[in-house]
Amino acid sequence: MNRREFLKRSIVVVAGMALPTAALELIDPKKLLAAKPELRWVFLVDTYKCVGCGFCVKACKIENEVPYDADVTRTWVERYVITRDGKTHIDTPKGALNGFTSRKIDIGQGHTEEIRDEDIVQSFFVPKLCNQCENPPCVQVCPVGATYQTADGVVLVDRKWCIGCGYCIMGCPYGVRFFHPVYKVAEKCNFCYHRISKGMKTACVDACPFSARRIGNLRDPNDPVTKVIMTERVAILKEEYGTKPQVYYLGLSKEVR
Amino acid sequence: MKSHVWRPLFVAVGLILLILVVRTFLVPDDFGVWERGYMYGWHRKGNEEEWKKVTVKYRTKAYCKECHAEKVESIGRSPHGILQCENCHGPAMNHPEDPPTLTIDRSRELCLRCHAKLVTPSSGRAGIPGIDPVTHNPEAECSLCHDPHHPNLEELKRHE
Repeated sequence: MNRREFLKRSIVVVAGMALPTAALELIDPKKLLAAKPELRWVFLVDTYKCVGCGFCVKACKIENEVPYDADVTRTWVERYVITRDGKTHIDTPKGALNGFTSRKIDIGQGHTEEIRDEDIVQSFFVPKLCNQCENPPCVQVCPVGATYQTADGVVLVDRKWCIGCGYCIMGCPYGVRFFHPVYKVAEKCNFCYHRISKGMKTACVDACPFSARRIGNLRDPNDPVTKVIMTERVAILKEEYGTKPQVYYLGLSKEVR
Repeated sequence: MKSHVWRPLFVAVGLILLILVVRTFLVPDDFGVWERGYMYGWHRKGNEEEWKKVTVKYRTKAYCKECHAEKVESIGRSPHGILQCENCHGPAMNHPEDPPTLTIDRSRELCLRCHAKLVTPSSGRAGIPGIDPVTHNPEAECSLCHDPHHPNLEELKRHE
């Protein structure tokens, strides 16, 4: 090897080493699209508007074939009563399947607690459902790949694949998962995937007379729900868990857990 | 190679091979890593289609309107116009084929979902007229006096 050859080869080697490995990676358009798809379902709950009628819970149970009288539900409504002494009373009798028709607070095991009207400082209703988290912990813990997130952000459960181990039910910080009493597999709200994929709204959104529940597409800047989320003061539940929930609340207060 | 140490190893390797062969038959082709990567997107793709096939039971007002346009329009102007027909009449499903008639919920409990008087400042419930279900004609069905389609009592008189 002469001097000229040596220098030539050295330049090639140095230039090759200077090249970052990322430059050699081929860009997969599928991966890019998945990172920013056209559609990302998002939910908006207005707690000022909710009156606790429970029509959403009724519609959800019938639409999604969850046994009507069983004590499990994909969505529910909580009542918060804050009294003068600073205490917070929370109840959701039967998940508010029949709404809130009594002033008495359900404290479980068939017992109720009566609160005098003049002691009530605040009282309001908070609907709950699956947050379809951007980082769903329930999916991470599934050992068999039975629960997963679709490209449009909805977390689904594969009933044929689920082995019923219950890790996801334990893993969900929001307690939205349960065992389906008939299929004996994990069950959860899926934003009525069969309805939203047909251009309809979820059963609970349609059933709500006061538009307390709304669904939209976070990737569409002209979507009325997205506009509210981007411009108004919205909050999410249990932000500290880093799950990035995609159900936003208007009028959430610190008592809501 | 003829050793008591090697023999179990062959058995183990054989078992692993057997499991791998059986696995190729049992795991469906569409099971794998999809859009959201291994952590969130490891699943059977066909399941997404299975979920999309669930039957729609609540067809919304738009569906009722196809036949009952006049009713939907006139009731839509009353204060109860914000309610979906199916909230009280039950899910339409494939009505009128299946079921031919819908089961209407006329119970007091249905009306009380909104109209039981509760003390709920800081909630929309406070703005809805309410009664005490224990003292307000406890034995009577609400529709005995109130027309659910035209709930305003004054308006009701005009209809008669």
